[in-house]
Amino acid sequence: MIFSGIALEALSGVVSLASSEIDQFMIGAVKNDIVKLFDSVEKYDDGTFYFDEKLVNMREQQGPLATTSSVVRGLTAFSSVITESLNLTGDKILGIAKFFLGIGIPGDTKNFFDQVDSLACLENNRVSIPLILSLPSTVISLTKKDSLKVKVNTVLGSHAPPLTVTLVRAFSSSARDNSIIENQELKFDPQDAVYFLDDLPASFDVGEYIFVFKMLVQDSEQQTVYATGTLTQVPIYVTGLIKIENAKIAVLDSDLGSVETQKKLDLAGESTVSVSANHLQKLRLSFQMSTPLGNAFKPHQAFLRLRHETKVEHTFVVGSSGKKFEITLDFLGLVEKFFYLSGRYDIQLTVGDAVMENSLLRDIGYVELDLPEPPENASRPPPQPVDPYTRYGPKAEITHIFRAPEKRPPQELSLAFLVLTILPLFGFIIGLLRLGVNLKNFPTSAVPATFAVIFHLGIAAVLLLYVLFWLKLDLFTTLKTLCFLGVFLMVVGHRTLSHLASASAKLKSA
Amino acid sequence: MARSTGKDAQALFHSLRSAYAATPTTLKIIDLYVGFAVFTALIQVVYMAIVGSFPFNSFLSGVLSCVGTAVLAVCLRIQVNKDNKEFKDLPPERAFADFVLCNLVLHLVIMNFLG
Repeated sequence: MIFSGIALEALSGVVSLASSEIDQFMIGAVKNDIVKLFDSVEKYDDGTFYFDEKLVNMREQQGPLATTSSVVRGLTAFSSVITESLNLTGDKILGIAKFFLGIGIPGDTKNFFDQVDSLACLENNRVSIPLILSLPSTVISLTKKDSLKVKVNTVLGSHAPPLTVTLVRAFSSSARDNSIIENQELKFDPQDAVYFLDDLPASFDVGEYIFVFKMLVQDSEQQTVYATGTLTQVPIYVTGLIKIENAKIAVLDSDLGSVETQKKLDLAGESTVSVSANHLQKLRLSFQMSTPLGNAFKPHQAFLRLRHETKVEHTFVVGSSGKKFEITLDFLGLVEKFFYLSGRYDIQLTVGDAVMENSLLRDIGYVELDLPEPPENASRPPPQPVDPYTRYGPKAEITHIFRAPEKRPPQELSLAFLVLTILPLFGFIIGLLRLGVNLKNFPTSAVPATFAVIFHLGIAAVLLLYVLFWLKLDLFTTLKTLCFLGVFLMVVGHRTLSHLASASAKLKSA
Repeated sequence: MARSTGKDAQALFHSLRSAYAATPTTLKIIDLYVGFAVFTALIQVVYMAIVGSFPFNSFLSGVLSCVGTAVLAVCLRIQVNKDNKEFKDLPPERAFADFVLCNLVLHLVIMNFLG
């Protein structure tokens, strides 16, 4: 179908180049094909027409926008080059125009181009120029005494020819058979180029209505040039101030229904009331609502919400009969629903509707509720959402519990055993003396004696290093020092012992 | 019966004593050293038995130092003993040097483990 549009464009280019030589029979054949093409136009429920591809196995799936715009381009190009008119109803052209207008702003640049280009083709085409009826505002406010305004333009907003715009019917969307206005012609304001209806009849109350318009080109010759369609339906909202009066809040005794406390509420102002009740009583809120014309009005939303200090909420719908709105909360039955939470509950009333200009959502006060203690198996209130920023606050303090230290022996015992451990050393020395250990072999001459002394000192130094290591040094420094000492000790020891060995060898050989 | 075994034990003991008196002094010194080390170890074990083995590493290092040095002393005794045919060519000073070196290494490890 997209190719048929392109073909028509190309064909119109050819015809415009060689208009005199074209066989009229062929043009007639193309016209028939166009009519057949338009038989396959598809329709949405809201009256817009569009073309879409039937075959799905194309490589690039073009949407209905691209397809329809291609057909429109081809159609308008072809109709501009042929002399006779095409046999197409204006409704389909108007439907296609509404399709392009109804898709809003496409996100794709190519789609946007298709949309604007097709609208430009339709603006001045030779088949029929669609005229669009639109309302600058579909909300009429009774308080502001708005008037109904209607504009008629071509698809790109240029002026339309003089028309007669008639409001055929106006009826409430809830009572479709009962039309309030019939066949009212709208007056034309040449300054703003709008058609308007100045005074709505007094019987117009707030609510949702449907207005049905019809437009007709005044000049009968031009009627085939323009496509005006048949009837256009537009939903209209009529808004106004709803009177809320006689608002009362009362606490009743459950058994007798007698009023214990009753307070008047000023719903329009900012004042709040406070009442108190226990579980044996009931709370009743009542008020009356009426439209500007005095009829009963049922708002879309009428809620009463009780919110506890712990942010647990309960919402109730306020029932109505005629103009009177009333809700009675019997706390005896609601004790379990309220999770047995006593305390202060904030009362919030919400009354709202689309046609109500003074919808309200107000905290009207609080009620101190005294409920009995929860039994063992009562359900807990649901956990309330925690403020998400508390996780960035300070956390609970962690106190570290150190491991209980081991039981140490009393210090005197340890010291006693220290002494006891040193004793064998003394025993060793005493034993040595008793054995008559000979120090005779200790070399007396100077050099070997020095070496021997240094050897003993070296060993003592190493042992001292070990003691220091235990007391405070770490292994690395110890090892470093040990390296030096060890090398030194080995040199000295070697000297001493070899001296001793040679001495004993001499003794043996001698 | 008991008296004969008692007398035999006494006779055995006496013979041991006399034989031991014949050992050279150096060996006696080494034996005395071994005895001293073992005795110290025993005292430490008794202490641990009394107060419990809380710093177990300390107890181990103490006992093992005594036992280690005793073992090294025994090795020294073997090497120095002239009656041992295997170590005839080993000069006793060399053995003593080995003993000193091994003791130093042992005590380094012990001090590290003492904590």
